[in-house]
Amino acid sequence: MDVAVFWVLAVLGIVSGAMVFRFDSMARATFSLLASLLCVGGLVVLLGLDYLGIVIVLMMTIEMAIMAVFMVMYMMNPAGLMPMTMMHNKKGAAVVCGLVFALLAAGIVLAPWPGRRGRAPADPTMDLGMSLMGPQMLTMMTLGMALFATIVATVVLATRRGRYDRLGDDLRATRADDPVRGGVGR
Amino acid sequence: MSLELFLLPAAALFCIGLFGALTQQSIVMLMMGLELMLGGVILAAAAVWHYIAPATSEGQVLVVVAVTAMALEMAIGFAVVTALFRSREIDMTDMAAELKE
Repeated sequence: MDVAVFWVLAVLGIVSGAMVFRFDSMARATFSLLASLLCVGGLVVLLGLDYLGIVIVLMMTIEMAIMAVFMVMYMMNPAGLMPMTMMHNKKGAAVVCGLVFALLAAGIVLAPWPGRRGRAPADPTMDLGMSLMGPQMLTMMTLGMALFATIVATVVLATRRGRYDRLGDDLRATRADDPVRGGVGR
Repeated sequence: MSLELFLLPAAALFCIGLFGALTQQSIVMLMMGLELMLGGVILAAAAVWHYIAPATSEGQVLVVVAVTAMALEMAIGFAVVTALFRSREIDMTDMAAELKE
């Protein structure tokens, strides 16, 4: 059973991953990527990491829904009504990717992988939680800070009007120059 | 099933993503390639946890780090696309290559 599930998920994941760059329609490309990443989530569940697999499935579903919206916003051909290619240096990239895959596959097949050491805990999720809140606390803190910095950076990058637009080049304006007046005392 | 069997699809996903990241002209499509590459990394990390060191949790922590990297890449990527589009009205990598000249 596990073997059959593995092959179905692996083949489906690779095929839908390849189709991402073959579809003309941007919506189809997004959902093809979603299918591929859902297969990755399924394989992670198959490996015994139920919690992380479900997290990947949930996260990717929401991420791809957002990505589809951005696709329609920024792509010139969101519905794929006109066939078009938006690629450059296809041959060179194919050669590079073929070489990288050959190198990785050779390494995977030839490397003397160590044997399995120890047994999986009864509850890997508990193990992960205890680890993140214990010995791996530094990793967790770093991830938290990175996420916070991302929130700030995305807002700064995506906002139309910054503080220099509102308060002048030397930030000395007495009143903020906002298109819509509002707020306390403004 | 074995470690090699899981690592091969992971390598395939990584290489397909690399192909997309190298060839796509649209910045959003390029990010899709990066997502696929990170998907391969996640699968490889989970396989290494299961087949080499299931007793320790470092493999799981690696998966968490890769998933977080995926989310950060998406958020920052879309913010950069928005900033580029606001200032230059472009959404293609080739048009955003002025620093090269």
